[in-house]
Amino acid sequence: MTDATVQGGAPAPRGSIHSIDARTAKRNRAEKRFRTYGKIAIGIGLFFLVVLFASIIRSGAPAFTRTVVDVPFTLTQTQYEEAEGTLFKTKAYSDFFIAALDNQLREQGVEAEFDADTIERLLGKVGSTIREYYRANENQLGEEVSFSLATSSRVDGYLTGRVTRESMTDSRFLMAADLDLVDRLVEGEIITSEFNWPFITGADSGVDNPGGAGIGASVVGSFFMMLVVLFLSLPIGVAASIYLEEFAVQNRFTDLIEVNISNLAAVPSIVFGILGLAVFIQFMHLPQSAPLVGGLVLTLMTLPTIIISTRASLKAVPPSIREAALGIGASKMQTVFHHVLPLAMPGILTGTIIGLAQALGETAPLLLIGMVGFVARGYPDGFLQGFVEPNSAMPAQIYTWAARADVAFYDKAWGGIIILLIFLMIMNIVAVVLRRRFERRW
Amino acid sequence: MMKDNIDTKVGVDAMETKFNCRDVQVYYADNHAIKDVNVDILDKTVTAFIGPSGCGKSTFLRSLNRMNDTIPICRVEGDILLDGEDINDAKVDPVQLRAKVGMVFQKPNPFPKSIYDNIAYGPRIHGLARNKAELDEIVEKSLRRGAIWDEVKDRLDAPGTGLSGGQQQRLCIARAVATEPEVLLMDEPCSALDPIATAQVEELIDELKANYSVVIVTHSMQQAARVSQKTAFFHLGNLVEYDDTNEIFTNPRDQRTESYITGRIG
Ligand SMILES: Nc1ncnc2c1ncn2[C@@H]1O[C@H](COP(=O)(O)OP(=O)(O)O)[C@@H](O)[C@H]1O
Ligand SMILES: [Mg+2]
Repeated sequence: MTDATVQGGAPAPRGSIHSIDARTAKRNRAEKRFRTYGKIAIGIGLFFLVVLFASIIRSGAPAFTRTVVDVPFTLTQTQYEEAEGTLFKTKAYSDFFIAALDNQLREQGVEAEFDADTIERLLGKVGSTIREYYRANENQLGEEVSFSLATSSRVDGYLTGRVTRESMTDSRFLMAADLDLVDRLVEGEIITSEFNWPFITGADSGVDNPGGAGIGASVVGSFFMMLVVLFLSLPIGVAASIYLEEFAVQNRFTDLIEVNISNLAAVPSIVFGILGLAVFIQFMHLPQSAPLVGGLVLTLMTLPTIIISTRASLKAVPPSIREAALGIGASKMQTVFHHVLPLAMPGILTGTIIGLAQALGETAPLLLIGMVGFVARGYPDGFLQGFVEPNSAMPAQIYTWAARADVAFYDKAWGGIIILLIFLMIMNIVAVVLRRRFERRW
Repeated sequence: MMKDNIDTKVGVDAMETKFNCRDVQVYYADNHAIKDVNVDILDKTVTAFIGPSGCGKSTFLRSLNRMNDTIPICRVEGDILLDGEDINDAKVDPVQLRAKVGMVFQKPNPFPKSIYDNIAYGPRIHGLARNKAELDEIVEKSLRRGAIWDEVKDRLDAPGTGLSGGQQQRLCIARAVATEPEVLLMDEPCSALDPIATAQVEELIDELKANYSVVIVTHSMQQAARVSQKTAFFHLGNLVEYDDTNEIFTNPRDQRTESYITGRIG
């Protein structure tokens, strides 16, 4: 196998194929090394993914359960009138509740000492909850009702082990001594744990009540924004891409447009927020904090993504298909709409959904149009109002919770992240399914 | 016309001419790809374009149905008359022209749709059928003329892209025929086909010449000799010689033609 054996251009004998020569061995080693690198890279990626999901789920799970105190309660007509006649009405109701709770504990054979302040720290303003209930439902007077009163999120934390007697410091929110009552309530099976539906369906609660905070209203806000983004950016983006890719003549001007679209895709999203604030709110006087404005801003942000991915998928359609159609006398437009667009569809849809997913998770531009920090206390009154009534959006809501001083909101923020991730995953699954369905070979 | 001026004024013939080409120049930006080509392409005749790679056969063929319009840097000058009408006239819509001058490409390019829809697409967009029955009839007739009916008649709903290379090319020919063009341009239609499929396509071309003017670009001299009545030899963008196929192959007048057909250039 030396050069000396090569004579007159005749190939050197290559040796037995049953023994691996040095060159082949070297190449095989290189290939093996490369595969190992690949596996390591994927392994690292998976490891971080698992860590990420584990920590999100661990931190977010408490948001999905809540503990409630359930006491059978009866208020007679006389008690009602008596309470309404006092100066501190809610105090009177609170006393009734304490009596009922005391009674219930005694029935269960549990001894406990507590006062109204403890109850307020554990269960919030019980008196006013009860009063409001009876003022709205006078017919329930004299009947036995049960109030599933949510405990404060610190009690949740105590029961799930997040807060321990050692780790907590006495505060106006919870005293170590209060936990004795919690233990008694657990003993008497008066305190129970249940799935926190209000977190899924409810609205934000304000800074003083982490237990009652829900993400539902901001899911609705995000939904309306996504509707705006989808119905504006898909048609505009696809039409613009088709025009630029298939019809526009190539000249300086279209080059300029092309460069600018790429530039727009790289513009930080907060810039779109400022633009939205200046144009949609200050100039056009659209309502602040409205999903419509959020949707418009996110449309601006999503358009370049959609245009770039749509143009890429149009480019990927083989030119032979266009030639085939043009060759039998189809017009440009027929060629595009009958042949090119259907083939580009999977790519366009994937790009659009990725754009939408990006928009769904975007927080920065919403800061500037007042959707962050806004306390969405309820749902919009109707479909059309959904676009213009102030609301929050999922990432904005998460940001708001995470920024609040009360650490109990931390659970909520993590829980919100779980909900947001579920939506994003659904969208990605839809993208994959659509791509599979539309995919055709040529 | 002076017969000896063979470089630029070859083979001008007045009878039953389909295409009259006068002083045709084609440029790709600065590249002068077709130079002073004068040729008359006859009706009900198979005309073969031969010549070494890159000599401009495809370029010239594509200027006959204005497919070169789709290449932004391409510019065509000179007169190309189809039945006496200038195809580059501002009044001409290339879409209408291409319905009259069909094209089959080198690489089979069926639409990623069913065999039926591949054929029916042209008639549909040109409104050639008034109802489903008529359309069915056109599809069957075209597939028969494409010599592929027997192979696909039981699976018209199957995708055209699932056929073999030779079948795909015959499908594309059937598709081109379905729009009832008057001229059929074929750019190396057999270069991706095996000998059996090639023979089928050649047979088909032979049948087509009864109704159409067929122009075929080919790399195979044997094929040109087998299927064509007229042959044009291109070299470096010039039309060197244009004559009866027999004449070109037995008695070439130009040195370059002779070298090419004897295999010395190409
Ligand atoms: N789309 C194009 N853009 C630029 N130049 C081209 C294009 N197509 C062909 N050409 C040039 O035109 C000349 C003739 O090409 P072509 O007509 O394809 O030759 P042939 O078909 O005879 O092999 C070649 O020099 C080629 O480089
Ligand atoms: Mg060619």
